[in-house]
Amino acid sequence: MKWRLLLCGLAAVGLAVVLPHFGLAAEDPGAPAPSPTAADYPRIAGMTGRPVVWALAQMHLFLAAFVLAVPMFVVAIELTGVLTRDERYDRMAHEFMKISMAAYAFTALTGGALALALFLFYPVLMGYLLRVFDGQVLIYALLFILESLLLYVYFYTWNALRYGDRKWIHLSIGVLLNAVGTTLMFVANAWATFMMAPSGVDEAGTPLGSVWAAMQGPLWNPLNLHRFLANIAYGGAIVGAYAAYRFLAARTAEERAHYDWMGYTANFIAILGFLPLPFAGYWLMAEIYAYSQQMGITAMGGVLAWLFIIQAVLIGSILLAANYYLWCGLMRTEGGRRFVPWVKYIAAVLVAGFLVWVTPHTLILTPQEVLAIGGTNHPLLGPLGIMPAKNTAVNMMLLATFLSFQLFRRASRTPTVPWAWIGNCVIAALYLAATLNIVGAGIYGYVTPTVYKVGASVPQVLSTLAVIVFALVIEAFMYRGAVTRPVAWGRMSTRSQYALFVLPVAFTWLMALMGYIRSSVRTYWHVYTIMKDRSPDAYIPTIGEAGNFITVITLVFMAVIVFIFWLSQVGDTRQQAPAAEGGR
Amino acid sequence: MTFLRVTLFSLAVLLAYTLFANILPQVQSNPPAEEEIELGSLDRAGQIAWGERLFSGKGTCTLCHNKLGRAPDMLAMDLAEELRSRIEDPRYTGAAKGLEEAEAFEVYLRESMLEPSVYVVPGFGKKGTQDRESPMPRVDVPPISLTPTEIDALIAFLQDRAGVEITVPLPAAGTTAAAEAGADGEEEAPATTPEEVIDRYGCAACHDLDGSGADLGPPLAGIGARLDREALRRAILDPDAEVAPGYEPGLMPGDFGEQMRASELEILLDYLAGLDGGEPKP
Repeated sequence: MKWRLLLCGLAAVGLAVVLPHFGLAAEDPGAPAPSPTAADYPRIAGMTGRPVVWALAQMHLFLAAFVLAVPMFVVAIELTGVLTRDERYDRMAHEFMKISMAAYAFTALTGGALALALFLFYPVLMGYLLRVFDGQVLIYALLFILESLLLYVYFYTWNALRYGDRKWIHLSIGVLLNAVGTTLMFVANAWATFMMAPSGVDEAGTPLGSVWAAMQGPLWNPLNLHRFLANIAYGGAIVGAYAAYRFLAARTAEERAHYDWMGYTANFIAILGFLPLPFAGYWLMAEIYAYSQQMGITAMGGVLAWLFIIQAVLIGSILLAANYYLWCGLMRTEGGRRFVPWVKYIAAVLVAGFLVWVTPHTLILTPQEVLAIGGTNHPLLGPLGIMPAKNTAVNMMLLATFLSFQLFRRASRTPTVPWAWIGNCVIAALYLAATLNIVGAGIYGYVTPTVYKVGASVPQVLSTLAVIVFALVIEAFMYRGAVTRPVAWGRMSTRSQYALFVLPVAFTWLMALMGYIRSSVRTYWHVYTIMKDRSPDAYIPTIGEAGNFITVITLVFMAVIVFIFWLSQVGDTRQQAPAAEGGR
Repeated sequence: MTFLRVTLFSLAVLLAYTLFANILPQVQSNPPAEEEIELGSLDRAGQIAWGERLFSGKGTCTLCHNKLGRAPDMLAMDLAEELRSRIEDPRYTGAAKGLEEAEAFEVYLRESMLEPSVYVVPGFGKKGTQDRESPMPRVDVPPISLTPTEIDALIAFLQDRAGVEITVPLPAAGTTAAAEAGADGEEEAPATTPEEVIDRYGCAACHDLDGSGADLGPPLAGIGARLDREALRRAILDPDAEVAPGYEPGLMPGDFGEQMRASELEILLDYLAGLDGGEPKP
């Protein structure tokens, strides 16, 4: 089944790469960007290109993010198993890979279908992109083949290369797999960022001869980092849901314990990838503003501004769910109970931050309400609608989440080093200083010109990162030789597992929403400032229309993921041999 | 049973996000339509009015030049005084220095649109450039792509606001703005029915029409009885000139005059004038 799907995917990618060359052979490589007319956008079966390409692209991105992320943390878990000599890590890593393998074939299939749809619906645009990126498309195809080979070798040699020096060979294959997978993603990212902020071409879009220059647009590296981190968080969230489902369906205490531990690890990975994600987002947005203030304002202060309120709701629910899961986890150990009183304060910070983040600058009001408050901005709450307040809120929420994570880790361990109290004081001081700095920079953001408001977020981000990095380093030394208490894996409420379902649903919706924003900031350009979109779809749909579309794509993706989970599970089952004739 | 519970829970979460996306303000952003103006027939007043429409429309000036402080709010300031002080500023080294006032304003304004970094207003430069580099894009290249006559119209509008003599020439006869824009002037076909016009310009997103329930603007039922055709035209082209009691100014886009074709405007006016609710017109 998987092999057949993969072959279909490979064939589709191959066709997509080769076919356009026949039609484009005569095109002058030194010509400016073409200017398509309305006739250059075929309708197929009565459909215009955008819904088809949007759905396929998003589906491919969901699956690709998942299959690229899983080997990253699988190698890390496998290495942990080697270093701790704990076989459980190795078993869990292998189980994660099993899920990823089933997803890989679907990724190839949707990728091939996407490429074909792009060439069918947008032949002029794709012809131009092919001209700009030239042989790089073939490098992409080669990388894809290499990725497939390494993935299958990595998975199928798991048991053959399990111990001793062979294990290191296996780990090396894993590292190589990740290097190729990440490069593959970076190559594909270059096409998206070229369309947003073209480079390596002149003002008319004529390629200047260097594919590398076309790849190195101002948004390439910020997008690379953003997607790299987001993939890890997303992959963790998906396998977390798998673990939660298996936990809920478990019939034995041993099974419950295993999937509880798996769910905890997956949640840890999701948070680990998620915590630095807003900072990568800031970088991307700062580069967008630096490239084109107009583009930045279209995203943050123009027609797309309301989407960031939805983003706040989504990220707020992710953080609340992840924290809730960690708080429930405190009950797994006796030592965790002492931290329970802290939970209400952390929850208060999270809820307050969430409310600030979700407060819009301009309210949706009836005319009577507008008259009553004297405008569309609330006199008291209005100031919470601008960036300094939101940056402060999100950084405080991230600090609170990191604190939850720290408490959970401390629940099962007691430090034995004599300087532990000093370490705790330093960590507490770090939290205090970071809070003061974050709030102070937030207030400064109100009294400084707009251009410095974005700059004020930098010390806030650095404060949060400093707490995370320094606290982890201090704890790494502080908990050397610590007394560990047994963790009662499996002692988790059913309710807590539902938090692990919120994460993938919210992440999936969020990824699609961000994709819609990223694509929409180009407004009515295929390639910003160079090649106009003259298709009937050259408009930015309403939030409702986009939201409905995103929900449909998410539902389809969820159905695919459930099928993938089933595939990976069914592989473990074996039909009982029929009883021998003589046995009757 | 577990599968069903998990599925229903996930669907409920998904539904909540979808509902939230649907209760927020719904705005569809369309590509700007080129105005078909017979340039030769423009008089000075027409040129100034065209410049004003470009300022808030195709020129996208109001995206930054507004009260939010991203760029100097040119419509709120004493423009003449401001331009004078900028040209006299020792930091200004452009071509407007030493010229007679109206001409200096023209040169300065053109320069600020075509070479925005020649002079950067203190506090509005790109971060880290100490006000040496402006974040403003050139207006004559994509994505804005204003034509020379459009830039002239913008200057005429701003000179008029500054209260000085208008020094830019009127456009030459024989061409249209859309034709002057070249290939980029290509646009979608005009709407031919009231429903298409209403759909294209999103009227029902703010006005209650056929039960759309929107209430950011006055309901359109019976509008033909409340306003005559000319008042309706004014309300569409210059919505803040007269705002219905109980409604906030500044909510309705002021660039429909630029976005809409003349034929579309007439179709819409016919339709709205017909919404008289059976009542006699004032």
